[in-house]
Amino acid sequence: MRMSALLIIALRSLARNKLRSFLTMLGIIIGVGAVIAMLSVGQGAKAMVQTSIASLGTNVITVFPGGGSPGSVRTEAGTTSRLTEDDVEAIRREAEGIRYLTPTARVSAQVKFAGQNWRTSVYGAYPEYLQIRNWNPVEGVSYGMSDERGASKVALLGQTVVKNLFGEGVNAVGQTIRIKNLPFRVIGILESKGQGSFGQDQDDIIIAPYSTVQKKLIGATYAQNLTASAVSEDAIPEASAQIDEILRRRFHIGPSDTPDYTIRTQTEIAQAAGSVSQTMTVLLSSIAGISLLVGGIGIMNIMLVSVTERTREIGIRLAVGAKGRDILLQFLVEAVTISFFGGLIGVALGAGASTFLSSVQGWAVKLSLSSILIAFIFSAATGIFFGWYPARKAARLNPIDALRYE
Amino acid sequence: MTDAPIRAAGSSPGAQSAPIVSVRNLTKTYKMGEVTVEALRKVDLDIARGEFVAISGASGSGKSTFMNILGCLDAPTGGKYVLDGREVESLSRDELSLMRNRKLGFVFQSFNLLSRTTALENVELPLLYRKDTRPADNHEKALAALRAVGLGERVHHHPNQLSGGQQQRVAIARSMVNDPVLILADEPTGNLDTRSSIEIIGLFQGLNVKGITIVLVTHEPDIASYAGRLIVFRDGNVVRDERNPSPLRASDELAKLNPAEKIA
Ligand SMILES: Nc1ncnc2c1ncn2[C@@H]1O[C@H](COP(=O)(O)OP(=O)(O)OP(=O)(O)O)[C@@H](O)[C@H]1O
Ligand SMILES: [Mg+2]
Repeated sequence: MRMSALLIIALRSLARNKLRSFLTMLGIIIGVGAVIAMLSVGQGAKAMVQTSIASLGTNVITVFPGGGSPGSVRTEAGTTSRLTEDDVEAIRREAEGIRYLTPTARVSAQVKFAGQNWRTSVYGAYPEYLQIRNWNPVEGVSYGMSDERGASKVALLGQTVVKNLFGEGVNAVGQTIRIKNLPFRVIGILESKGQGSFGQDQDDIIIAPYSTVQKKLIGATYAQNLTASAVSEDAIPEASAQIDEILRRRFHIGPSDTPDYTIRTQTEIAQAAGSVSQTMTVLLSSIAGISLLVGGIGIMNIMLVSVTERTREIGIRLAVGAKGRDILLQFLVEAVTISFFGGLIGVALGAGASTFLSSVQGWAVKLSLSSILIAFIFSAATGIFFGWYPARKAARLNPIDALRYE
Repeated sequence: MTDAPIRAAGSSPGAQSAPIVSVRNLTKTYKMGEVTVEALRKVDLDIARGEFVAISGASGSGKSTFMNILGCLDAPTGGKYVLDGREVESLSRDELSLMRNRKLGFVFQSFNLLSRTTALENVELPLLYRKDTRPADNHEKALAALRAVGLGERVHHHPNQLSGGQQQRVAIARSMVNDPVLILADEPTGNLDTRSSIEIIGLFQGLNVKGITIVLVTHEPDIASYAGRLIVFRDGNVVRDERNPSPLRASDELAKLNPAEKIA
């Protein structure tokens, strides 16, 4: 039988039981809608994490004192190698895969300007820190190596600090602020970086020369970490290995011993974050998949009912010469029609939900063509898969048994 | 399967005398738990091309069982059935479908039309299951068949908008639309009044004149007297098989029934 004729039979049969067809479709509508919405949310979250990782800088390698992960309990003083500017010089001399390198020191400090108070993080780093992080002043200029050598009291302010200290419409550049009661001249304002990968405000920061922060604000000589950038993305593993080799030599750590510092590359962070968002996508999609499965079972149920109800019709068709294949196709087309229209409405609904979540709720949502296609293919496949058994059951009926069915 | 070999057999001079239906030792046993019912017990029968056969017999004597097997709707338990030169036991499910589609027409007591489907679409149905026809031709053929049974004015009616006699005419149009060699009718007039019954028989006689073999089951001796041969079943056996040298003609009987109509 022709496809067009089969389609007409299917549509008529569905139109005959409008409410029943709609309720059956509803399972698929909800399933597909959920798949679309979930994939959009998952992909949106992934994209957000990716941008925030990119905001770390380019080809970044970080060295923390202490084994394991930074901030873990094992960073007791005395058992930990201390990273100094001599180590920085050694790495700069020997590691060819490194382009920029700086020690960093961080201190939390009270900052004042004309009666306004603000508590923020003050970072001490060489001027090239800004190159590593791809971070430029939007107003004023950065400091240079001469400021570093002279431990000048100059500062670059993040946007959040500017807002809280100066308010709107005041030109901060050239003003003098007090950090821990020491006067610092504001020489530049940094462009906004927004939220970091852990949701922290990356603009709540002051950057000043490393020597200034160490000598004037902290009073230590040990770097809190080293931040470097590799010459290229491909050079990251090589550069990381070079740093490791140099530090092992300097700290007398054997090749098989666990070092008491940790080297973390941007690639690793991206991979870790990627696997987290991957897990999330898989989780969300399986929830959506289960609802599609439930929808499919609904189709199967209704198709079994339909086959039973129409046993005599099947008998008549067989008696006038329909082949098993014709009957199979007839019911399969009907099942796929349900799931196709369900999928169509579900896509519209899922896209609507995604748009709602992003525009009204402000979620990071990314509706992609591929997720729509996936949902569509899945819904059609659901129709074929769950329609198959009832259709085959119909196709295998004996003509006389079907005709005699009451 | 192609029907070429069958046509060749049919048109060859030697095959002209070959019966269209030939059954030997045909048995059908129904098993229902412990009980077995022997609906057919070793039936032997030949039906020649172009015959008009009436089958009668008591209720439960196996007439319908026999007809269903002849119509390839059911399979016998044992024995041999050759239909138009083909051994039916050796045919696959699909080949049986093809047989029903091209060689056979079936008319049932209960009409067995698709409800919520117009008369025209019902008649078109057998044509839709063959791949070698064009939709426009199907339409024409179905219309012609409906006109031939006198329903040219009712083509877009649904079965529930037609009388029993009209519904049976639709069923006959459907059975003849694919130009079968054999039409099987199981009590086609069982639900109809005398006049409609004779009209239906008239249609069968018309088809028979065109060379189509007709086998018809009936309880009514009146109806049987329109056939050229009468077979009687009892307890799954053929107990009588006789020729009727002068069968009634439906057109004559209708004229007798209502002479006023002829004048009008
Ligand atoms: N599907 C079936 N299962 C079990 N027994 C059956 C079945 N169909 C028919 N029979 C039995 O087979 C025998 C013959 O039945 P069949 O329908 O052929 O009779 P029939 O001559 O057509 O009768 P009627 O004139 O009442 O239509 C009966 O005894 C009937 O009970
Ligand atoms: Mg019967």
